[in-house]
Amino acid sequence: MKKEHFQENCYVSGHTACAGCGQSMAVRIVMNTAGKDTIASNATGCLEVFSSKAPESAFGVPWIHSLFENSAAVASGVETALVHQGKKEGINVIAQAGDGGTADIGLQALSGMLERGHDVLFVCYDNEAYMNTGIQRSGSTPFSASTTTSPSGKHSTGNPRPKKPMVEICAAHHIPYSATSSIANPKDIEIKVKKALKIKGPKYLQIHVPCPLGWRSDPSQSIDVAKKAVETGLYPIVEYEYGKLTKSRKISSPKPVSEYLKLQGRFRHLLKDAKALAEVQQVADKNIEYYGLK
Amino acid sequence: MFSILAAKPKSSERNKTGSWRSTKMPRLLKKECINCGLCAYICPEGCIEGKDKNQYSVDLDYCKGCGLCAYICPKNDVKMVENQPQGESKEK
Ligand SMILES: Cc1ncc(C[n+]2csc(CCOP(=O)(O)OP(=O)(O)O)c2C)c(N)n1
Ligand code: SF4
Ligand code: SF4
Ligand code: SF4
Ligand SMILES: [Mg+2]
Repeated sequence: MKKEHFQENCYVSGHTACAGCGQSMAVRIVMNTAGKDTIASNATGCLEVFSSKAPESAFGVPWIHSLFENSAAVASGVETALVHQGKKEGINVIAQAGDGGTADIGLQALSGMLERGHDVLFVCYDNEAYMNTGIQRSGSTPFSASTTTSPSGKHSTGNPRPKKPMVEICAAHHIPYSATSSIANPKDIEIKVKKALKIKGPKYLQIHVPCPLGWRSDPSQSIDVAKKAVETGLYPIVEYEYGKLTKSRKISSPKPVSEYLKLQGRFRHLLKDAKALAEVQQVADKNIEYYGLK
Repeated sequence: MFSILAAKPKSSERNKTGSWRSTKMPRLLKKECINCGLCAYICPEGCIEGKDKNQYSVDLDYCKGCGLCAYICPKNDVKMVENQPQGESKEK
C-alpha cells in the first residue's frame, strides 16, 4: 500500500489554529503538494492569523500577507515580476484567502487576476463565514446558517440568502481550471492542486473546510462533517475547464440534509422546523440536478 | 512607528501547542497499523511521523488532541485516551 507522505514540509507545527480546524488541515496539504518552489500571498483571515503570529511563521516558503481584499492582486504582481525577471519557470505562485476574502471583499481583485490571465493558483478556504472576526455572514455562507449577523430566532431561520456560486463565477471567466474540493477527501486536495499547478494560466480552487468554532461542531468530526456535506449534495465537488463543467463527484444515493445539519450548532434551529428544513433539502436537490450528481 | 515585518520560515515550531490539549490525547496502539500514512497525512498540526507498520509516533509537544487521527485510521489503531499534559512514557 502506498504511503501518503509528503516529500517536503512547507507548513509546520506550532501554528495557532483551533484544534480540528479544517483550514489548517487543507493548507498543509496545499503547501506540501506545491512544494518549496512556491511563493504564496495571503489575505487577512484565520489562516493568516494562525500561521503568522508575529514574529513567527509556520510557512516554509516565501509568504506575503496582503490586505483582506487583495491577495489576488499581490499574487498577480509577484507573478508579473517573476516573468519580467525571466524567473517564472518552475515557480508556483499561489494566492490564498478565506471565503470572505474571496467572494466578498476580494472578488474584484480575483476577477482582475483571472481576466488578465496571470499564471496563479487562487485557493479559497471556504469555512462559510468571517470566522476570524467572530462568525459574521459572508456571501459564501449557506442558506439558513445561523451566524452572528444572520442569527436564527423568532423572526429568522438564519441566513436568508443562497450561497454565492464562486466556482461558476470564476469559470465564467473561461479560465483553464475552476474546481471545488473538500477535506471530506483529503487526497482530492492534493490531486487537484497537482493538476492545477501543471496548467499555465489562472486557476481557482475552493476547498470546503469545516470550522468547529463557527459551525459549533465537534473538532474530532471535522472530516465527517465535510463528508456529509458532499454526500447530501449540499457541497458539490466539481471541476470546470475553460468554462465547461467537465467532472462532478457522483453521489448515487444522497443522504437527507438532516444528516449534515444535525452535526452543527449553526443549523440546529432547522431540526425542529419542518418547513425550514424542507427548504434546505431543496437546495441539495437542486444541486444534484444542476450538477448531475446522481 | 516601524517594526520588523518579516519572520523566519518555520519559526512557529517554538510554540509548543501541545499545552492546549484539554481532555483527550491520541494513543497509537501499534498493533493493527498497515502503514497507510493517513493519520500523518491529515493531522492538522503535522505532528505525526512514521515510515513503517506500527512505527508511527505523535509529537505531543504540538498535538492539540483534536481526535482526527483516531477518526481517519482505517484499522482503529489510534485511540483517544485521557490527556496527560506531559504525554505518556514511551513504553505504553
Ligand atoms: C478592509 C478590511 N476590512 C475588514 C477587516 C477585518 N477582517 C479581518 S479578517 C476578516 C474576516 C475574514 O473572513 P474570511 O475571509 O472568510 O476568512 P476566515 O477568517 O473565515 O478564514 C475581517 C472582516 C480587514 N482586515 N480589512
Ligand atoms: S475559528 Fe475556525 S477557521 Fe479559524 S482557526 Fe478556529 S476552527 Fe479554524
Ligand atoms: S489528535 Fe489531532 S493534533 Fe493530535 S496527533 Fe491526532 S490529528 Fe494530530
Ligand atoms: S492511520 Fe492507522 S493504519 Fe494508517 S498509518 Fe496511521 S496508525 Fe497506521
Ligand atoms: Mg471564512
